[in-house]
Amino acid sequence: MKRFAGPILASLGIALLSPLGAMAQDAAQPVRAAVLRVERGPELPISRLDLPPDDLGFAGGRLATEDNQTTGRFMGQDFTTEDVDADPDTAVQALETLIADGTTFIAVMAGPDTLLALADAAGDRALIVNATAQDTRLREADCRANVMHVAPSRAMLADALTQFLVWKKWTDWLLVPGSHPEDALMADAYRASAKKFGARIVEERVFEDTGGARRTDTGHVLVQRQMPVFTQRAEAHDVLVAADEADVFAAYLPYQSWDPRPVAGSAGLRPMSWHPALEAWGATQFQRRFERAAGRTMRPEDYQVWMALRVLGEAATRTKATDFATLRDYILSPAFELAAFKGQKLTFRPWNHQLRQPVVLAADRVIVSVSPQEEFLHRVSRLDTLGVDEPETTCDLN
Amino acid sequence: MRRHAPALALALAALAAPGPAAAYMVYVSNEKGNTVTVIDSETLEVVDTFDAGQRPRGITISPDGTELYVCASDDDTVRVFDPKTYEQLHTLPSGPDPELFVLHPSGNPLYIANEDDNIVTVVDVKTHQVLAEVPVGVEPEGMGVSPDGAFVVNTSETTNMAHFIDTKTYEIVENVLVDQRPRFAQFTDDGKWLYVSAEIGGTVSVIDPASAEIVKKISFEVPGVVPEALQPVGVRVTKDGSKVFVALGPSNRVAVVDGETHEVLDYLLTGQRVWQLAFTPDEKLLFATNGNTNDVSVIDVEEMKVIKSIPVGQQPWGVVVAPE
Repeated sequence: MKRFAGPILASLGIALLSPLGAMAQDAAQPVRAAVLRVERGPELPISRLDLPPDDLGFAGGRLATEDNQTTGRFMGQDFTTEDVDADPDTAVQALETLIADGTTFIAVMAGPDTLLALADAAGDRALIVNATAQDTRLREADCRANVMHVAPSRAMLADALTQFLVWKKWTDWLLVPGSHPEDALMADAYRASAKKFGARIVEERVFEDTGGARRTDTGHVLVQRQMPVFTQRAEAHDVLVAADEADVFAAYLPYQSWDPRPVAGSAGLRPMSWHPALEAWGATQFQRRFERAAGRTMRPEDYQVWMALRVLGEAATRTKATDFATLRDYILSPAFELAAFKGQKLTFRPWNHQLRQPVVLAADRVIVSVSPQEEFLHRVSRLDTLGVDEPETTCDLN
Repeated sequence: MRRHAPALALALAALAAPGPAAAYMVYVSNEKGNTVTVIDSETLEVVDTFDAGQRPRGITISPDGTELYVCASDDDTVRVFDPKTYEQLHTLPSGPDPELFVLHPSGNPLYIANEDDNIVTVVDVKTHQVLAEVPVGVEPEGMGVSPDGAFVVNTSETTNMAHFIDTKTYEIVENVLVDQRPRFAQFTDDGKWLYVSAEIGGTVSVIDPASAEIVKKISFEVPGVVPEALQPVGVRVTKDGSKVFVALGPSNRVAVVDGETHEVLDYLLTGQRVWQLAFTPDEKLLFATNGNTNDVSVIDVEEMKVIKSIPVGQQPWGVVVAPE
């Protein structure tokens, strides 16, 4: 029965609600979405300030649903979003339950393997929005036609930082990856990016994660001895670039490195989709709305889930429709654009479904810059200087 | 009697054309400088600068020229100044973070967009009381009023709509979906058209207020300028409706649009991040604020030329010219 409720209500809605001016919440067309959260990032960060909040991602989703609903009030559309927690083993079952309930738009916070399993299980029954997985391969060899990526890829993040470092003429890098597989992927992204924009990696040193407690009393005493030694006698470099996605060591590098050089990457100057200090482009109001609702500042995961659900809201508003096929087709069409407090419209790359977006370069308390840097030109969009571009892509969506 | 005075002045001005422009006071709000810069429109020199509260943005003046209103965004209030002495007369309750507002053509009330609360606050400028709070879309910003005062139009930046608010009932009577991040709403003096700029969408929607339909979307193109930099913000129309001026933000240009055909006639090079615009009452000059170069571009309306750049305070945002 549930399956039929949507279309019937939708046709009633169209009859009752035109023209646009009418405000008839009674007969509002339902637009259902879900946030499926499988991963929340490092559970034990090295700074207690980075402990993941319980509502990480969900809080961004709630704000997006509220924003969508405010517009929906004028459009005769009623947005609801279900928050679902799962683990990698139960994720596909959770997806099936959502689809069975008629939810066909699903923002996913999961690692690359789970994301692919979900995408392949969903087929053409649902649209998956990748809200957090940064793996470049999901946009390349492992791309899927039913997945949209609002999370920036590692390639985009690396390029954003590299452009700034090259603009600064800090072109000689000491690259320090961690020993986890994700760190190696991020290091790959930095190597490719350095080559693309003309930086040189003069030396690489892997920081081995030897286990042990992340935080201990008086931990800084040991760190103050350990980090200078680790970075001692490196080739002459302008900047230390750390790739530490597992959050094991990078935060300890600034001020502790042997050479007095700035740190970038996973600590110091960090490329991110969002930072709570961003105030440009009307972001202040957006930050405040989030903080009032969530009782904390906005993290990149929250912003990315917000974008994922705003994609749906924008499609529903522009098409004045709520059925899956119309919304999906519009999101995939060149007409789709999203305003997301980045100073320009964000659009999807048609060749791999990655959302084009400026990347924030943030120090701890302020925004240092936003990439792309305007000196790097592109024949289509400067945003396509970030990440793998169309001529290089290995993604084949057909 | 009073009614005839402006008409007479206009007629005289027309006879005297192209005689010297009359002197008007131009008030520029400096968002980062926390000041208002005062410029003499005849000498085109800065005559004074005064403190205007925290983060002054929207700025307007009463039709009789006795009260200057400034949105002091970070003070969460509207400050009211004497335009001659620069003394603060009083403040008006605005709701949090006021950014833009519009006065009823009669001079009362004031309609204020409150970005944080998704409402439009209606304030009586005489009694200083809040008359109404109208719930609108997400992040209300632009405010326009129809020449007959029957409707106030608010644009909401994240909802992407122009909301028509009945000024008698404070009810929303129409919602027109426009392009991304609508910034500014401006009626023609005859009420025939409503122009709504969309900063991120890069367009100005031409709306027929009678039918609440978009009849055309004006888009912009400048060789050598990336499309994403062409971000329309402030809009002003000549009294006869023949020319529409559109500030194009980070493209550092003001577009001149034909009011009949709605085709772009020209692009005038200004300072960086050109934001808001204001005519002198005789419409000989148009002032444009340049947020990133801390100056105001002065445009000769007839010639469609930028004739001078005047340094003002830090990050100029809004501009208004005193009436006759």
